[in-house]
Amino acid sequence: MSRKLLIEHADVPGITSFETYRKHGGYASVEKALKTMSPEDVVEEVKKSGLRGRGGAGFPTGMKWSFLAKPEGVERHLVCNADESEPGTFKDRYLMEKLPHLLIEGMITSSYALGARRSYIYIRGEFMYVLRILEKAIAEAYANGMLGKNILGSGYDLDLVVTPGGGAYICGEETALLESLEGKRGNPRMKPPFPAVKGLWGNPTVVNNVESIAAVVPIVNEGGEAYAKIGIERSTGTKLISASGNLVRPGVYEIELGLSVEEFIYGDNYCRGIANGKKLKACIPGGSSVPILPHYLVTKTAAGTDRLMTYESLADGGFASGSMLGSGGFIVFDEDQCIVRNTWNFARFYAHESCGQCSPCREGTGWMEKVLYRLEHGTGTLEDITLLEEINKKIEGNTICPLGDAAAWPVAAAIRHFRDEFEWHVKSPQEAQTRNYGLIQAPLEA
Amino acid sequence: MKADHPQAVNEAPIEFSANTMAEMNRVIGLFPEGKQKSAILSVLHLVQDELGWVSVGAMNRVAQILDIQPIEVYEVATFYTMFHLDPVGKNVLEVCRTGPCQLVGSDDLITYIEEKLDIKVGETTKDGMFTLKTVECLGACGYGPMLMCKYQFYERLNKEKVNEMLDAMREASNS
Amino acid sequence: MIKVTIDDVEIEVAPGTTILNAARQAGGDLVPPAMCYYSKLPGTGGKCRTCLVEVAAGSTADPRPMPKLVASCSTPVMDGMIVKNKTSERVHTNRGGVVEFLLVNHPLDCPICDQAGECHLQDLGYEHGSAKTRYREERRTFSPIDIGNKIKLHMNRCILCYRCVAVANQLTDSRVHGVMHRGEHAEISTYIENAIDNDFSGNMIDVCPVGALTDKTFRFKSRVWFLKPYEAECACTKCSGKAVVWMFGNEIFRVTARKDKYGEVETIEDKTAWICNDCRFDKKDPSNWTLIGPRKIDRHSVISQGKYATKNDNNPKLLR
Repeated sequence: MSRKLLIEHADVPGITSFETYRKHGGYASVEKALKTMSPEDVVEEVKKSGLRGRGGAGFPTGMKWSFLAKPEGVERHLVCNADESEPGTFKDRYLMEKLPHLLIEGMITSSYALGARRSYIYIRGEFMYVLRILEKAIAEAYANGMLGKNILGSGYDLDLVVTPGGGAYICGEETALLESLEGKRGNPRMKPPFPAVKGLWGNPTVVNNVESIAAVVPIVNEGGEAYAKIGIERSTGTKLISASGNLVRPGVYEIELGLSVEEFIYGDNYCRGIANGKKLKACIPGGSSVPILPHYLVTKTAAGTDRLMTYESLADGGFASGSMLGSGGFIVFDEDQCIVRNTWNFARFYAHESCGQCSPCREGTGWMEKVLYRLEHGTGTLEDITLLEEINKKIEGNTICPLGDAAAWPVAAAIRHFRDEFEWHVKSPQEAQTRNYGLIQAPLEA
Repeated sequence: MKADHPQAVNEAPIEFSANTMAEMNRVIGLFPEGKQKSAILSVLHLVQDELGWVSVGAMNRVAQILDIQPIEVYEVATFYTMFHLDPVGKNVLEVCRTGPCQLVGSDDLITYIEEKLDIKVGETTKDGMFTLKTVECLGACGYGPMLMCKYQFYERLNKEKVNEMLDAMREASNS
Repeated sequence: MIKVTIDDVEIEVAPGTTILNAARQAGGDLVPPAMCYYSKLPGTGGKCRTCLVEVAAGSTADPRPMPKLVASCSTPVMDGMIVKNKTSERVHTNRGGVVEFLLVNHPLDCPICDQAGECHLQDLGYEHGSAKTRYREERRTFSPIDIGNKIKLHMNRCILCYRCVAVANQLTDSRVHGVMHRGEHAEISTYIENAIDNDFSGNMIDVCPVGALTDKTFRFKSRVWFLKPYEAECACTKCSGKAVVWMFGNEIFRVTARKDKYGEVETIEDKTAWICNDCRFDKKDPSNWTLIGPRKIDRHSVISQGKYATKNDNNPKLLR
């Protein structure tokens, strides 16, 4: 069983109240940081911890913090990205709902490290009930002197505000989030300038995922080095994994990075295998925008080594036979699932969520969706499969923000690994309407 | 594909209730002076809480409250999919249709609700009680199939649960 | 000054200059096309992706190539940067991809479009497009609407460059149109029935790279290549009065601002010479204007004869 650094107390009755949270060691990191550490010390600990952004990109958090511009007399901001919208990902909601004070504690400690005096939590609008939980917790934190003027007598002031989105996946992209937070359409900004130089209202800003900010709490409490000891190589610490799809026990799990995928899917402490006694067909290990893996590449890499829950191991094999840890949205498909249907479904998602600002994404995602719709509904052609691959290549890398890549990769991977099934949809459209293709042959075993 | 959104008829700004106004002023006050536009999404949620949807007259009033041009409100309200720009039923059922929910039966859930309420996705029941919509991922993938109504999540749904849920909503809306 | 090399041409530019502007300073064939960037309208650019270029070396200090193609309109040059535009196969392929995307939902109604002959999308389609579409789906369509009594909006033709939004923001005192909805449903609209009524709103027509915004006083009156442009001047209290009048015989068919070879309104006496709606729409009598002389035909115009005929022979793709 993995150590739990974040959600150990998630099920303690009353843990959403300040008092109970404090009794279980809450706000210790604030005390430690504000009373015994300089902001630079905190940044240093986060750097030592090797923490990588938990929102999906996996960029080292300490490094991101050190890029923050600090011009004299200009306000800086920390913005928490709680716009969790990546299909397959629901860990941040779990964390905020169960442990609102953990996020607030992380926000205070992190804001102190960055010298931010006005910080924001931008939460997706659909999580309005979680926003209410956070609002209540923030009010408690103010009442108990953890927020506001002169926190714990340290001379450090911080105001923290939680504010909702309105239904837009794209606002999970940090510059779109900042636009939204300024009250505008969620159109991602051109970079440079990066938010670290010009962010919210033109001020230097750091945007971090909920889980990254929460992880700062154990890092400060136990030290960056201790945190770095957990995990393997450049995948340090623990990670929340959202498990969904055809599993016996889907849900949110905190794992130590380095756990084997085999153990995660089938282990008693985790998902306990595929639901209804079915077989595993495929898995998307890091949220809908990462490449899908066919069953023979899920628990083993192409080289035959055990696949582990780490940034490196899940990416082993590159786009040819690997995927990514991404946001930890672990989606499992059983043998009855139709890959074409699912690929179309995700393509529809990206077309729906494209902001429409740049042409490759606006036109390309919509085009892919329509071609996939035809393939799924029996009117596609073999040329359509080639066409999809070509549209893909023209979107990938050519868009303002990563949504283009996020839309392109899953389609490319699905065709790469399940071409037979796509072709079967063209060749036997009638049959494809009435039954599913089932498991594919494992070419590596043949 | 006809993509026309017919131009709406302009309407005079409408007044909101005292409670809504007080709450609007609170959320505007969360942002620094001069940055009141940042509160626009909060304010639009409050509008929808009061009216059930977001009308042109309401948006024109929001523009006054936030001291911005009406077009800036229209641009934002049409971008974010949570805002209903046409009247809806008392209970808007927003069913998640994205991948992880689809894997565990959201297609069947949508069909079942359509049959049960005798409406198609996008329609409202004749009595104005329910509107059925499909939405993209609501971040409850491990607990699907699911839907959201009035910011509340109804998870791991099956036919019985849907029946109970609809009855309870009907009762609450009638009382 | 810093040095940058674009398609083997070395240029010295001021720090902070974008790749596109550096290329424009050098001029000629190495200038990437731009459909959304407009140097006279701060904040535009980055959206259409037609100006994508390859950065083969980031700078002298860090000579690594940039992994992705970059938007030349919004990427500043670094000292020692090496950029490839015309000389990059990747740029050619991907720009072709962008043009294909811009055309999938475009009505291709050039034969009845007033912009034909001076349309940047037409130029791009000619240079990068293929003669056949691979788009089998139904195209997205909108009904044309009037926005104000002098401007027609054909949303079907729009490529969402956002330039007209920038004009409304920067030249007029209150903007009443903008971009509604999102993704492939995004559209330029006033949302409510509304007229754009402002002395400088006509400049939206001049900045529109395609035929989405057209001059109602000129619609269907003539093809642009039948008209002769003259530089002209008038005494105007609202604008500089420096314009181009487009004539057939002694009749003025339309009035536009003076535009440079990139289709941008020229800078005259340190000011961008936007023209007012009175000059544009109402002064159609030759007695309103002092003619200065014939206007040089810019590179975008089919009026410069023979440009396409010769190219066509070398392009078997188009003969099919």
